[in-house]
Order: sequence, then C-alpha cells, then structure tokens
Amino acid sequence: MVAALDSRLSAAETVALRKIAGTMVPADAVLGMPGADDPAILDDIVRSTGRDLPLVREALVAIAAKSGGAFAEMDQDTREGLIKDWYASGGAAAIALGRVILGAYYRDDRVLLALGHEARAPFPKGYVLEQGDWSLLDVVRDRQPFWRDDRVVPIEDR
Amino acid sequence: MAGNEKVDVLIIGSGASGAAVAWSLAETKMRILCLEQGDWMKPTDFPSNGRDWEARRYTDFEISPNRRGRETDYPVNDDNSLMKIANFNGVGGGTIIYTAHWPRMHPSDFKVKSLDGVADDWPVDYWALEKFYEENDRMMGVSGLAGDPGVPPRHPPMPPIALGKTGTRYAQAMNRLGWHWWPSDSSIATTDYEGRARCINLGHCTPGCAQGAKASTDITYWPLALRAGVELRTRCRVREITTDEHGMAAGAIYYDSDGVERFQPAEVVILACNGVGTPRLLLNSASARFPNGLANSSGLVGRNLMLHPWPIVSGYVDEPLDGGRGPINTIWSKQFYETDPSRDFVRGYTLQFGRGTGPANQAIVGAASGLLPWGRDHHRRYRQMLDHRLSIGVACEDLPEEHNRVTLDPVLKDSNGIPAPKIDYTISDNTRRMMEHGIARAEEILTEAGATDLYASRTALNYPGHLLGTARMGTDPERSVVNEWGRAHDVKNLFIVDGSIWVTSGGVNPTSTIQALALYVANQMKQRLATLFD
Repeated sequence: MVAALDSRLSAAETVALRKIAGTMVPADAVLGMPGADDPAILDDIVRSTGRDLPLVREALVAIAAKSGGAFAEMDQDTREGLIKDWYASGGAAAIALGRVILGAYYRDDRVLLALGHEARAPFPKGYVLEQGDWSLLDVVRDRQPFWRDDRVVPIEDR
Repeated sequence: MAGNEKVDVLIIGSGASGAAVAWSLAETKMRILCLEQGDWMKPTDFPSNGRDWEARRYTDFEISPNRRGRETDYPVNDDNSLMKIANFNGVGGGTIIYTAHWPRMHPSDFKVKSLDGVADDWPVDYWALEKFYEENDRMMGVSGLAGDPGVPPRHPPMPPIALGKTGTRYAQAMNRLGWHWWPSDSSIATTDYEGRARCINLGHCTPGCAQGAKASTDITYWPLALRAGVELRTRCRVREITTDEHGMAAGAIYYDSDGVERFQPAEVVILACNGVGTPRLLLNSASARFPNGLANSSGLVGRNLMLHPWPIVSGYVDEPLDGGRGPINTIWSKQFYETDPSRDFVRGYTLQFGRGTGPANQAIVGAASGLLPWGRDHHRRYRQMLDHRLSIGVACEDLPEEHNRVTLDPVLKDSNGIPAPKIDYTISDNTRRMMEHGIARAEEILTEAGATDLYASRTALNYPGHLLGTARMGTDPERSVVNEWGRAHDVKNLFIVDGSIWVTSGGVNPTSTIQALALYVANQMKQRLATLFD
C-alpha cells in the first residue's frame, strides 16, 4: 500500500516523528518536563494528526531532505539548528507540525501539573476570575461624553 | 421534485438575524418556516467538555469552513483575499462561534457621507434602531455597565464581566495614558438569566459555551420562536429562490437531510444567510427573468464586501495573569473611534482588549509568531509566556468598495453540487493607514502596561468572520439591492435581514447591529402587513 494513502502515519514515519518531536520539545529533568517524544505523548500526537496528516507528512519529508536523510544521527545542537531554520520558512507544513505536537504536548497531565495547571477540562468546574480594581474606572466616569452625536448641528453650520 | 405545503413566511438561515426575525414575526400568527443547512448543537458537543478542548478549535470547531469541513459546511474560495472567511453552519449560525463581544454601531457610522464625505449614508439611523438594540440586548442577555462616555446611553441588563488581573493591567495603563476605556459589553450571562446559567469562566468562549452562558440564538431566540409556533427544519440546504410569472418569489428549492431535492412554496421569503451566503444564493437564483441573479438589477449583489481588517498586537508582562480562566473579553476603548482630521485616514476603530488563552493555544500562537523557540530553550521561554500574555485587537472600519465582492466559483461546489462562493478582496489604502495607526497605539498601550516582545499580526490570523455589505440597503434601486426596510427593490416579497444589507461597516463587532436591524425590518413588515407587496 502506498504510504500517502494511509490514514495514519506508518511505523517508519512515526520513528522519524519521534526524533523530530523530541528535538522540538525535548525533556527537561530539572523542570520536570517530559519530551514530546515521550511514548504517551507521541502516541497522542500520532492520533491527533487527523486532517493535518498530509501536511505532517510533507513536513517529515522536508526535514528528511534538509538533513540528507541523517536527521536521527545528528547531535542535538545540529538537529535544533536545522529545525529552527526549517520552521522559519516551512510554511503551512511547519505550522501544522508545530500545532499537532504542541496541541498534544500541552494537554498531557504531567506537563500541565509541572506548569502549575490543573489537568482537567474547563467544564464543568470552570475557574474563579477575580473582579479586579474597579476604582480605576472613576477617572473615566468623570469624562464628558465624546461620541459624535449626529443630531447636533455644528456651531459653524447653525 | 417533492413539494411541501405552502407557508406564509420562509426564512433561510437560523443564525443571528434569522432567529431574531423569526421570533419577532411569530406574534403575527403567520405560518413561518425556517430552513437551516446545519444541525442543532448540544452543550456536550462543545470542546470545553474534553481534554482536547484547545485542539478542537483547529478541527471541528475551526472558524474557517474550509478547514472545519463539516458535512453541513460549504466551501469558500478565498484564495484571492488576504482575509479569510469565517462562519458556522448550524442552528445559531455564527453566534455559536463568536466571542460575544457586543458593541453597537455609533450614530456617526450611519452618516459617513454626510459627516466625512466617504461612501454612503444609511437610509436608517442609530435612533431608528435604538429601541431594537435595547430589545435585542434583553433577548440575548447582555452584560455591561451603563455610563460609558464613549458611546450613546444603553442599559445592559447584567453587570459586566470581571476585569480580573488582565483587565486591571490594561486599565492602569490606559489611565496613565489618559485614554478612554470601559468594560466591554458582552452577550455573556454574568448572572443567571432567563433560564440560562451564569458564566463560570470556562475561558474558551469562542468555540461554543458548554455552560450556555454565552448567548447564541439556539438558546435565546429559538426556544421562544418555536414555542410561538415557528417551525425550524435542519439539514435543509437551499439551492435557489424561484420566482413566478409575476416576478415574485415563489419559494425555495432545497436538499433535505437525505439529499432529496424539494420545493418549499412561500408567500414571503426572507434571506438570513449573511454577507457571503446571501449573495451566493441570490446569484445561484439566476433565471431567464433575472439573468444576473435575483434582485440584482443594480448589479450590486455580491459587491461592496466588507470584512473588518483586525490587526492583533500582543506582548508579555512579568506577572501571571488570568489567561484561559475567564472570557476573552475584558475592556474596549473608543479613544480613536471617531474621525479626527489630524490623522491621515477617515473614520476610526475600536480597541478590543483580550485575555490570554490556555496552555496549548499559548504555545501554538507563540511558535507561529516566532517568539517561542524550539529546542532546549523552549521550556524556559514558554514559562515566561504562559499566563503572561496581553493582546489588543484593532477593529478597523472597512469602507465599501465595489471590487471587493462575492461571485460564484466556476469550479468549486458544495456536497450537493451547488456552486460555491468566490471571494475577491483587497484592503484599501485608507484602511491600511488606519491599521498602522491602531497598531502603533496598541504598542504604546502594551509598552505602558509593561509588556515586552511585542508582536503585531496584521492579517495572518485574521478571520473576524464579519461578512457585510453585499446586498446593501438604500432608497435608490440603481445603487442598492433592498430598500430602507429590507425589501428587495426588484422582488416585492423578498426580504434580506442579515449583514449583507449593511451600507458601511463601522469599527465594531457586528452581531448586535445585525440583530437590531433584523428586528427593525420585522417591525416594518408587521406595520405594513396589509400593503407589504405594494
């Protein structure tokens, strides 16, 4: 079967994506952040490609071409430099790849908890929004109306 | 072709204007039917129910129909436009996916020719619409605060959305600059209201409100209209309006949920498909008698499209704010709304101050802008951005130009084989100067608020979804499509009540005015029932 007709990334494409995702968002042990190549996150990324699958495939092909097929063998610095360079001019494919990776990464429980966020959907609990400082409005209340009243004839036209 | 029983009034489209006109006309006890190509939404459909809530704004709740691609959507060829088309097809229409920011047009917006010598005056003015604005505010449920010196008096029935940390930060900066600000009016319930539960700060209003606090017409007007006897049929996609031997609208041909072609006869037809859907339908209704499209003797159907260029300027401050934990709407400013002869452009803009977004969207926006790096520095930089974002939208008035238009695409069709709309649109020099002025002011405000890493998005993320002007109203049949009360000059039982009848666009989100205008037209119809076709 031709890979481009598949509705999911192939095993080989997933291997390539793992290296790319781990380069774009690497793990950081000090901050307690997993990398985007973490198995659970990567699985979510792969499942999330959906309508972006053609663009994600286009991105994988472009990165492979730019690295001469040796992306996985490059050291971290070289991989990061290549990704940054490619992303800046990668167009729709780059935006799509970034969106898919980040969309899955920033809903992972471990990531959200490490950022101090609750790992849950907004509904039904919602959030508390403080009122803020309404006294700041006092000076605005003192202003005279300044909208242009079309019923008022300018003095020079009277 | 399968036929249906004749109705008195056939409304096409169930969004902002279709719902309002249906509810208003229901008191006449006429037999009223609305055809809607989309589905009813359920609260459990909306993204904020699930852990994938942020990702779904880029998939099945994407604002572009081309990317969203639901079965109920139709494609739009907007390749020849820097600004893209946003809409939603379902009961409630665009109100399902709007931000619920609720400014009105200003009185000066209706008289731009008289006051500023550009475009044309409207055939109605603010004061004719004022009572309908008020009625609509009560029906939709609007939160806000009376006393704003920047706009005419109005009376929001609920208190405003909390300023929060984000709104307070903006307000402090605006006061230091001496510039006007006021809490935004929003069609979001801040108290329990008419059976709707109050906002619980889901922080994700645009792609539908699971709480039902955001006013979409499926939960405001429609329950009342249905109770009053109006019938609403979903999954019915109208192909064309037909006419009889007298040149009057006879009804509509549509495809039902099974794809069966049907004819719905009607005494009166009302279009409520907004500024792209309505001209598309009129142009698709060409016939031997109306070879250039229905109601198009002026040649203006589809022309004068206005889309509201809407630059967004963002920056990041050094304290955590409340992005993603409340409605995006905070405050507005009318400081630069009215024409100022000292500027190099006419007319003006509203500044709309936004609250930040959730974690994934912050990352996606940051990466797309180039401010969030990939690689080992990603996490350090992201922590400086998450919950620290301020953003200001510049809602520019877009003046009408005939070359900005909707036509029928010669190739692209929807799933029923109906020709799709094609958009040709450019941003005028006046608007570009206005945009740059607004961007510069927004940058001043953000800098005063202590923000750094400022980034101005001029059009790349620009989908305001305000589709206006393509079947303009006026008293001269050679210069307008409908008259001063919404009836087509050429077809005396055909009415239009959506954003396509706008003469100019103002510098505000349009939904409150679209609905006020729909209620105004409905009221005019009710007053003229005995002579409606004269």
